[in-house]
Amino acid sequence: MRAPVSWIREYVDLPEEVSSEKLAARLTALGLKLEALEQAGGDITGPLVLGRVLSFDDEPQKNGKTIRWCQVDVGDANGTGDPQGIVCGASNFAVDDLVVVVLPGGVLPGGFEISARKTYGHVSSGMICSARELGLGEDHDGIMVLSADAGAPGDDAFDALHLRDEVIELEINPDRAYALSLRGIARDAALGFGVPFTDPAARELPEPNGSGHPVEVEAPDGCPVFVTRTVTGFDAAAPTPDWIARRVQQAGMRPISLAVDVTNYVMLELGQPIHGYDGDKLSGPIRVRRATEGERLTTLDGVTRTLSAEDVLITDDTGPIGLAGVMGGQTTELSSTSSHIVIEAAHFDPVSIFRTQRRHKLPSEASKRFERGVDPTLPEAAADRVADLLVAHGGGTVSDGVTKVGSAPAARSVRMPLDLPARVTGMDISAETTVAHLRAVGGEVEVEGEHLTAVVPPWRPDIADPFDLVEEVARVVGYDDIPSVLPTAPAGKGLTNEQRLRRRVGRTLAGAGFVEVISFPFVGVGAFDALGLDEHDDRRTAMRIANALSAEQPFMTTTLLPGLLDTAARNAGRGQIDVALFETAAVTLPRGTTPAPILPVDRRPTEGEWDDLQKALPEQPLHLAVVLAGERERSGWWGAGRRAGWGDAIQAVREVASALGVEITVRSSSRAPWHPGRCAEVLVGDVLLGHAGELHPRVCKAFGLPERSAAAEVDLDVLMRHATPVVAPSLSSFPVAKEDVALVVAADLPAVAVADALREGAGELLESVRLFDVYTGAQIGEGKKSLAFALRFRAPDRTLTEEEITAAREAAVAAAVRRHDAVQRT
Amino acid sequence: MSGPNTDYDPVEVTPLKAAEVEAVRDAALVAIEAAGSLDELRQVRLDHAGDRSPLALANREIGALPPQARKEAGQRVGQARGAVAKALAARQVVLEEEHEARILVDEAVDVTLPWDRIPTGARHPVTMLSERIADVFVAMGWEVAEGPLVEAEWLNFDALNLGPDHPARTMQDTFWMEPVENAIVLRTHTSPVQARTMLTREPPIYIVCPGRVFRTDEYDATHSPVFHQVEGLVVDEGITMAHLKGSLDHFATSMFGEGITTRFRPSYFPFTEPSAEVDLACFVCRGVDSEHCRTCKGEGWIEWGGCGVVNPRVLVACGVDPDRYTGFAFGMGIDRTLMFRHGVADLRDVFEGDVRFTAAFGTEI
Ligand SMILES: [Zn+2]
Repeated sequence: MRAPVSWIREYVDLPEEVSSEKLAARLTALGLKLEALEQAGGDITGPLVLGRVLSFDDEPQKNGKTIRWCQVDVGDANGTGDPQGIVCGASNFAVDDLVVVVLPGGVLPGGFEISARKTYGHVSSGMICSARELGLGEDHDGIMVLSADAGAPGDDAFDALHLRDEVIELEINPDRAYALSLRGIARDAALGFGVPFTDPAARELPEPNGSGHPVEVEAPDGCPVFVTRTVTGFDAAAPTPDWIARRVQQAGMRPISLAVDVTNYVMLELGQPIHGYDGDKLSGPIRVRRATEGERLTTLDGVTRTLSAEDVLITDDTGPIGLAGVMGGQTTELSSTSSHIVIEAAHFDPVSIFRTQRRHKLPSEASKRFERGVDPTLPEAAADRVADLLVAHGGGTVSDGVTKVGSAPAARSVRMPLDLPARVTGMDISAETTVAHLRAVGGEVEVEGEHLTAVVPPWRPDIADPFDLVEEVARVVGYDDIPSVLPTAPAGKGLTNEQRLRRRVGRTLAGAGFVEVISFPFVGVGAFDALGLDEHDDRRTAMRIANALSAEQPFMTTTLLPGLLDTAARNAGRGQIDVALFETAAVTLPRGTTPAPILPVDRRPTEGEWDDLQKALPEQPLHLAVVLAGERERSGWWGAGRRAGWGDAIQAVREVASALGVEITVRSSSRAPWHPGRCAEVLVGDVLLGHAGELHPRVCKAFGLPERSAAAEVDLDVLMRHATPVVAPSLSSFPVAKEDVALVVAADLPAVAVADALREGAGELLESVRLFDVYTGAQIGEGKKSLAFALRFRAPDRTLTEEEITAAREAAVAAAVRRHDAVQRT
Repeated sequence: MSGPNTDYDPVEVTPLKAAEVEAVRDAALVAIEAAGSLDELRQVRLDHAGDRSPLALANREIGALPPQARKEAGQRVGQARGAVAKALAARQVVLEEEHEARILVDEAVDVTLPWDRIPTGARHPVTMLSERIADVFVAMGWEVAEGPLVEAEWLNFDALNLGPDHPARTMQDTFWMEPVENAIVLRTHTSPVQARTMLTREPPIYIVCPGRVFRTDEYDATHSPVFHQVEGLVVDEGITMAHLKGSLDHFATSMFGEGITTRFRPSYFPFTEPSAEVDLACFVCRGVDSEHCRTCKGEGWIEWGGCGVVNPRVLVACGVDPDRYTGFAFGMGIDRTLMFRHGVADLRDVFEGDVRFTAAFGTEI
């Protein structure tokens, strides 16, 4: 809401020394937040004066244009008193007209510097200004022509044009709809400085007599009050007085015509939206009713709208003529010839207006106010004010008829313990202060023992609860007085186990050279295709967002890989080819399609209701994914690096599992988007954690990743669920016995199976077994490979004898031979 | 030690003469001094102190001398051998030192060569800042609460006093899941976590909820459809706005340094009443000479978030007795805090995953 300071001051007896900055700061402290403090013409400098046109010659130019070579009297403003010669492109003025002249040396908005310059064969010493050039609005007709009494030639134009007027732009919160008017802002300004307030809505009003334009309200729930007044003999061509146009313009609306400007002016002044009808186009009484489903109305903006049965509609004998409180219709629109004006000032149900506005995507100045709540006692005063202004500036007469259907709802009362403001704010607020501030805000207050009852003023429909009264008291006392006191929480337990484990996962991966990323969880079919998921893949079953930002990504993702692979590719595109990335985030796995219940809010949900709500939500397990592209170990002056591969992806999972104290098993698998021969599934016991390995070559290509990029994705929730605390190993100080064995086995036998056999056969003397070489070649034979393992034996209580070591080694080998037909190489 | 000499050869006795012994000794000393390397010294040792060296041979002769001559000859040869041995040892030390010094010089490397064979990892600054914030509150005994991103409409709105026709509901630009009738949304704030906490445990409640939230904002330098919030909730007996102010002042000081506190301005949120906007005192200029401050843009204050006293209607919907308990809540943007705390100019840097951005933050913030 933009409020000209001079307009605020009209209703508040603010001391001169209160600057606009001070006023804005005080309003901000009261809850009307300063957005900007502007000065009309604040970016104009230099000589800007009034001038009288003495004479001019119209000079047609070769380019088809006609320019005017003008002699303008600018008094002594040019230092000589001689007429000023100025070339002007406009022709909407006559000799003797008073115009606005910027002399050489002046600067207009946009840093446009004016100097005497040669143009069209003359030296033009300055410029005759249009409203647009002065930043005062959009004009269509050319330069500004002022009324003859605006001043004398040579007068400073800043005053004449009110160019130094200050405008405070305030951000109005939804609960302070009253401040969408000068009346409301001025009321808070008066409150803030403790000075008297003059209510512009306080007027002598004629009694309603039912003889204005007839009105029938068939939907009183949607329209509690409807007032009409009528003006006849109005001159539709009469100009809007400068002060109205200027204020409307300063408040951010466009001056259009006297009738429209007056209705806007009164809306800005009082907060009551007004609608004007061309009375000659109305046939029969105005009827207010709910629309019938599918009914149609062409609104002022020229759009034909299909209505819903919930819309409140204004109709006459011809059918719909307006969407109540939102926008009028075309058929009864005021025009440049309307001389018979029917003024509507009504009160509409906020919820109804809100829904209609939202349904038709038609936010308007009127709907903005109605949906937040307008003072329901205003319609009569507002209609009367409009009628007065119309007649004062456009002639004609106000008819005696005043129609008023319905009445404002009774004022609401709120009861509150007297000490509640002190108890809630922690400030030292006495009962007297509370009562005084609530009265200052506008409520009538009665004290009864330990409680007060406040009658809520009609312009404050937001006040419904005792805590609303607390805020009113607190804002007047001032939030700056709230003391700072640390509350004492009971002894806490610190982070949960899962929260600590999650931090550990991040640190482990960062320590291993991975960089964490955060991706958007939105995904599309294109990404599923690029991953090579077949049509039955469960990851294609995703929740769809009804209003996704991008039609290409309408789903909540079921896998972190698309985001991560895209991010790796983006890095590659920016020259960072060698990357190792990780992300931990929830994925969304739909289950069922039961709706989430909308539960009551006046009590705690029952257990059953709570369960139903939980069950309606999708599963959202936390996933961990990594991707590696390019070199895992860099090439350098030391020689070749090492390209990232399937093993790095699996190792990342192993390291995370190990950091969490989880024993995992890895076995060969085949699943998109991985290379079918280079994909591992990772398990904890029998529970599948996820997959890791080299990406399928087609996937690398589809995402624009380097060849042989690798990735992993696991369910981190499952992994963390299996985390176990570390049990300290008991360390034997007896010597270790190291034995190497090489075993020839079938080429497709997993190494881990051989290691398992060795471990089992070796028995408890075995400390560790580690594969250190894999060899294939002619020596070994077709379809075979040789695996070399380093075994370490140690006993907790003695030095092992040669015989014990040999026996253990042979037992290990024997198990591998028995189980996998292994042949020991010697 | 050689055994007694049994085959005495009088011809060989000549070296035992004093002049001869001295000459042999001197020749040895000269050769030792002349040895330029450990290898040369090894040869000199063989030649002058080895088994076949003149002094060794002379030593062997001693036994063959008549007893009256043995003592004198023995002394003479012994002294000569001692001198040679001592010179050898001394020379050995010198040459070894020289050798070692030469090798170390030869082995010198260019220590300025890079050794970045394994790239450095990093954690995301938003993750780290969330943790850092959580730690401030955990240190006060609060706990960290979390909840789902895909959330029931009732928890995201209704339970928080945002009824279906509340104007604020459209302000939030919500992502709705299909079918819309199923009343499931992407949470627009972390407040549903507060509601969940109140619904599942008894006061006193002291929690902080960092997390990811969603609004249908177009993606640009200062807006993102995905962003992060941290909210706090306290529900206890006798809680006031002063406790809210105290908690936020402590939060501000912990994150931005001594003396950095907050200021409240009246505002509006459906879930709190009274409500306030929180401004953070500018931690860069501290309100001094603010006009030139790029962080607060001349204000001396930075808009930080919103807060207020939990609306009793929210307490009722969440099963908390509003006559016994009061509460406060606050919320601020983590990404926004990251932006002004660390001078991030473009919010998109936070979400695009450029490793240059994230790596700059390392593993602790
Ligand atoms: Zn600053």
